Amino acid sequence: MQDTIERHTISAVVDNESGVLARVIGLFSGRGYNIDSLTVSEVDRDNGISRINIVTTGTPMIIEQIKAQLDRLVPVHRVADLTVQGPHIERELALLKVRSSGEKRVEALRIADIFKARAVDATDRSFVFEITGSASKIDAFADLMRPLGLVDMSRTGVAAISRGPDEI
Amino acid sequence: MSNNAMTGAEILIKALTDQGVDTIFGYPGGAVLPIYDALFKQNSIRHILVRQEGGAVHAAEGYARSTGKPGVVLVTSGPGATNAVTGLTDALMDSIPIVCLTGQVATHMIGNDAFQECDTTGITRPCTKHNYLVRDAADLARVVHEGFYVATNGRPGPVVIDIPKDIQINTADYTPPEKVRHKTYRPRVKGDLEKIREAVEMIANAERPIFYTGGGIINAGPKASSLLTQFVRMTGYPITNTLMGLGGYPASDRQYLGMLGMHGSYEANWAMHDCDVMICIGARFDDRVTGRLDAFSPKSKKIHIDIDPSSINKNIRVDLPIIGDAAHVLEDMIRIWKAGARQVDPARIEPWWRQIDIWRARNSFAYEQTDKLIKPQRAVEALYEKIKDRDPYITTEVGQHQMWAAQLFKFESPNRWMTSGGLGTMGYGLPAAMGAQIAHPDKLVVDIAGEASIMMNIQEMSTLAQYKLPVKIFILNNQWMGMVRQWQELMHGKRYSESYVESLPDFVKLAESFGAVGLKAETPDEMDSLIDEMIAVDRPVIADVRVDPTENVYPMVPSGAAHNEMILGNEAGAEAPQATDQGLALV
Repeated sequence: MQDTIERHTISAVVDNESGVLARVIGLFSGRGYNIDSLTVSEVDRDNGISRINIVTTGTPMIIEQIKAQLDRLVPVHRVADLTVQGPHIERELALLKVRSSGEKRVEALRIADIFKARAVDATDRSFVFEITGSASKIDAFADLMRPLGLVDMSRTGVAAISRGPDEI
Repeated sequence: MSNNAMTGAEILIKALTDQGVDTIFGYPGGAVLPIYDALFKQNSIRHILVRQEGGAVHAAEGYARSTGKPGVVLVTSGPGATNAVTGLTDALMDSIPIVCLTGQVATHMIGNDAFQECDTTGITRPCTKHNYLVRDAADLARVVHEGFYVATNGRPGPVVIDIPKDIQINTADYTPPEKVRHKTYRPRVKGDLEKIREAVEMIANAERPIFYTGGGIINAGPKASSLLTQFVRMTGYPITNTLMGLGGYPASDRQYLGMLGMHGSYEANWAMHDCDVMICIGARFDDRVTGRLDAFSPKSKKIHIDIDPSSINKNIRVDLPIIGDAAHVLEDMIRIWKAGARQVDPARIEPWWRQIDIWRARNSFAYEQTDKLIKPQRAVEALYEKIKDRDPYITTEVGQHQMWAAQLFKFESPNRWMTSGGLGTMGYGLPAAMGAQIAHPDKLVVDIAGEASIMMNIQEMSTLAQYKLPVKIFILNNQWMGMVRQWQELMHGKRYSESYVESLPDFVKLAESFGAVGLKAETPDEMDSLIDEMIAVDRPVIADVRVDPTENVYPMVPSGAAHNEMILGNEAGAEAPQATDQGLALV
């Protein structure tokens, strides 16, 4: 088995009960797995169902283990590896605070426009930009904003869903 | 709420009764007093009062492993719950079904650092299969029924149900078990038939096959053991058992190669290394079995049957995984084998058996015979010879004595052998024997112990006395933490750092102080009569058997070595591969 490190996006459908997120996080920390990103939110209030999206890295054997270990947690209904299943969409939202003046301020607005980021707060010395996209798009945007006065950033982590008519 | 409303404590007792619980191991305290009050008012459940909560969990494990039923524990909040943690972890590692009920401070006090409060669900989350905090008396019955379902279905394990004191007092309606169905948890028990056919094909065409079976066979019930025995005999192939799997196949059978692993037999480890088809059923390629991973059984195709998908490809990549319950899969295998009128040509596997017999002739469990000192191996063999016809139940502590018991005591049926396999918990054997004796009052139950381990839960002697449990504690007393001493001798330049147990008690007087019988032997002759006397007494016994303090357990796969690189004792024609520097970092 090759030991190449792969990045996988895994979604788990779980009961929205107390402790379920702690179980998932404890599983990753206890067994030494990586978490690049983790998001969780209730998606079906009537049935008390939440969806957890995890971006993780590891060898193929580790990724298999992660899925099997997640699947055996009692409140977990279903685990899907979106990376393996095929085409899927990953989106993340970020808020970036840029503090600058003069040319830099104008340049920040110009780049935000190219990335289709919106200014959601403005003062005479700062902007807060809202940007949605893949994690790499947000990385690229942040890299460009850094020399233009980026002082703070808040990211949601990855939400993911498969393309096409099927669930997950 | 109807007129049938009951208090939470009453609901709990009713739910346990409906789950068929006849025995609880526990210890009272402030946060479980309403439950103890409800226990006082009923007669269907027997409560066994232990002397420390850790003892309660091991006793429940002994009860569970000797009966196949879940063990039930009741402890108070705070220290009651934290004392249970070692036992819960032990049960998780060895896949033992336990339902542990813990008291908790009242719901409005939770999080306020109340007296005897601890975050029980937080602490026990990584050491249970699942746990619950009950926040409403109306949920209690459902949670209890669900807890038993989770503990006993799929790969078994411990479940904690944390019950705040106000929930025990509040009233609600009772929900009977037939109305409870777990929302999501449905472990797969039937194996994929296509894969089973493929496995049968591989097995039928093997030239150097071996069955490697573990605790999954025991957990799948006695039926799995008899199906395994039937199938292995149909094939005529060799079989080895893990420490957890002893008794899954009759040990006196010629096809049985003994236990495998770090202290397994020479023939079992070599056969595992050189085989061409490995049939693993209910075992998990633990590091004590595999040795160095990259050198493990390099020439074999591996079939792995396990109820837990996360056991597949965890340590060793296998060629054919089958998810399912061992008994169900074996049943299908036998059916498919018979339907195909499969016959193993004895000539095809004859060279393999010839090779195995050469390995077997090394007699790797051999030890020096002497009339002066009691060799610990001889003590185990003498015990075995004298009690084998009584269908005994054997528990152990952890260390050298445990390995000698595993090597030399022959188990013919499942559920007779209880030892802490995964976690390696010293102090396991006495409370586990207690639990086994409670479940089988008329059977002979022996804890094969070491003098260091036995001290870790010695307080349970008081429980033996209270319930008149005639457990026999057979101490192989070498006055060392023997296994620690052995590693220090072989791997740490004979620097015996803190492994000598000074100031040991006089075990005879200790036994007497607890109302038990104390016996002592210092020569082989004394030992033989000690065993006779021990069996004849219908009371708890501590037998202090003074054994050779320098004896080591062989074979031994040193840490970091391949599983066919074994240190052998002199009587087996000494071989001494060295531990590697990397191996020194391993446990």
